[in-house]
Amino acid sequence: MFAYIVRRLVLMLVTLFGISVIIFVLLRIVPGNIVDILFAAAGYVDQADKANLERELGLDQPIVVQYLQWIGGMLRGDLGYSYVSEKPALDEILPRIPITARLAGLALLFSASMGIPLGVISAVKQGTRLDYFLRVVSLSGLSLPSFWLGLLILMASVAMFGTMPIFNPNPKTWTEALAIYCVPALAVGFRSAALTMRITRSSMLEVLRQDYIRTARAKGASEQSVNFHHALKNAILPVITVIGIEAAFLIGGLIVTETVFNIPGVARFLVEAIRWRDYPIVQNLVMLIAVVVVLANFTVDMLYAALDPRIRYTD
Amino acid sequence: MDAINYDIELRRAGANATQGWRKVWFLARRHVLGSAGLFFMLIFVLAAAFADLICRFDPLSVDSAHALASPDARHWMGTDSFGRDVWSRIMHGARISLAVGIGSTALGSSIGVIVGLTSGYLSGWVDLVFQRITDILQALPLLVLALIMTAALGPSLPNVIIAIAIPLIPTVARVIRANTLALRELPFVEAAKSIGMSETRIALRHVLPNTLAPLIVLATAQLGSTILTEASLSFLGLGIPEPYPSWGRMLSESAAEYVRTAPWLVIFPGIAISLAVFGTNLFGDALRDILDPRQRG
Repeated sequence: MFAYIVRRLVLMLVTLFGISVIIFVLLRIVPGNIVDILFAAAGYVDQADKANLERELGLDQPIVVQYLQWIGGMLRGDLGYSYVSEKPALDEILPRIPITARLAGLALLFSASMGIPLGVISAVKQGTRLDYFLRVVSLSGLSLPSFWLGLLILMASVAMFGTMPIFNPNPKTWTEALAIYCVPALAVGFRSAALTMRITRSSMLEVLRQDYIRTARAKGASEQSVNFHHALKNAILPVITVIGIEAAFLIGGLIVTETVFNIPGVARFLVEAIRWRDYPIVQNLVMLIAVVVVLANFTVDMLYAALDPRIRYTD
Repeated sequence: MDAINYDIELRRAGANATQGWRKVWFLARRHVLGSAGLFFMLIFVLAAAFADLICRFDPLSVDSAHALASPDARHWMGTDSFGRDVWSRIMHGARISLAVGIGSTALGSSIGVIVGLTSGYLSGWVDLVFQRITDILQALPLLVLALIMTAALGPSLPNVIIAIAIPLIPTVARVIRANTLALRELPFVEAAKSIGMSETRIALRHVLPNTLAPLIVLATAQLGSTILTEASLSFLGLGIPEPYPSWGRMLSESAAEYVRTAPWLVIFPGIAISLAVFGTNLFGDALRDILDPRQRG
């Protein structure tokens, strides 16, 4: 077990190193850097000024040196400065994390609390109209773009209340806070609720066919006890994997949803930084996302071993 | 109780539906949702193919006199802020979605097949290197990787196709590799080896055809997510550039400000995206049930 964990940690470092190289190189093959953009906006180009600015930002150095400077700084807790705001990247990124984390947490909560029960119902009632209905709903959840769902929610709120929910970083009442976070979280979470439901359904169907379920029924266990006590307990493992991985991959939905609802979280910040070619912000944000994904994968695997005594990682 | 009529029972189980239209009809009745999906996909493809015939207006022509007109007999789905006909733009937008969907799925899948087959068949250090690259690519969500790729390549139709295709490679490669590893150990591969067939020939003639069913299932499942990713990229303004009528882009222009004033600009492109993706998802599910019954859910 210990050897396995060490091996996994080493692989995680290799993956993160690979991502850092890919991101760094990709961002630098982009035609035109921040200096070009700034000067294009100003309308004239003084080559000396341009060279000065490039030197100031370290853009005149060879790419390998730039990379080493970034990684070295990161290890010392220095993420560099945003080209746009000229503030330390860390100070720009840190305050935005809780906003996105709250949204993601609520979305996952919604996803699990809707997806698992509905998936169980759909599996237990397999082949009935209810099952068909739930399957169509879950498939539509995977088909609606979350930004459109967000726009529809805005539209509904205009029609009902005559106003749109505007993000407020310091909500006065807890109902206001709930509305600020819940509505966008719903738009993001609908998709992962649909995914959770599908996985729960197929996992439940597989478990319900097994012999021990028949034994439980033969013993006279109630329908409720068979479905939830016997079946769901074993069917939940793949669901945990999906929810764990979704936790990290929600960022895709969050990017568009934060844009629709104008929420100043990390996800929208990534898009803004990409538009501005603000390299220090982009590369650090992408690394942050990669770390979250890699850690989520690792946690899911460890959770697996903890929940299912048959699984033991040996190497 | 009636005696069992074997003819009726056999027909019900599809025993006479072994070929041609009969089989299609049988499968269509058995997979009602899948047929509905196929129907949506057909509409989507027809809209893309005959966009010029079914539209009375040029999707790009600006008509400021009729800007933001609500839907009526002249403009079925209203007009946008430049007075461009929304119906024409949606029909022409189908072309973009279809091109990106099929283009990036085909590109991503073919590279994925090559990587997966080589990786699974050669094993050793080639496999190890490919596996690590796959790990790296899979540690970033599809949209994030596609965003960085479009930012690096610049916004244009071919670049968007490439940007969406690359994140698909690891998923396809994984599935093909796992299949190849299992197939490699089967007796028919051993038989081919024993009659002196070359490794490359075995890989291409014996192993590859046997991975096609899961590949088709996977590719259909990816089709929907590529269309969604293109819509998201264009919505964020980093996908298909103006003036091409991309569905995602249409929503970004109209986004929050038109929610109040011109809801048709929000509703119709969204319906188009959702129906196209919903259709491919429904069809993909049915295809999985037919081609890969083990995964059936």
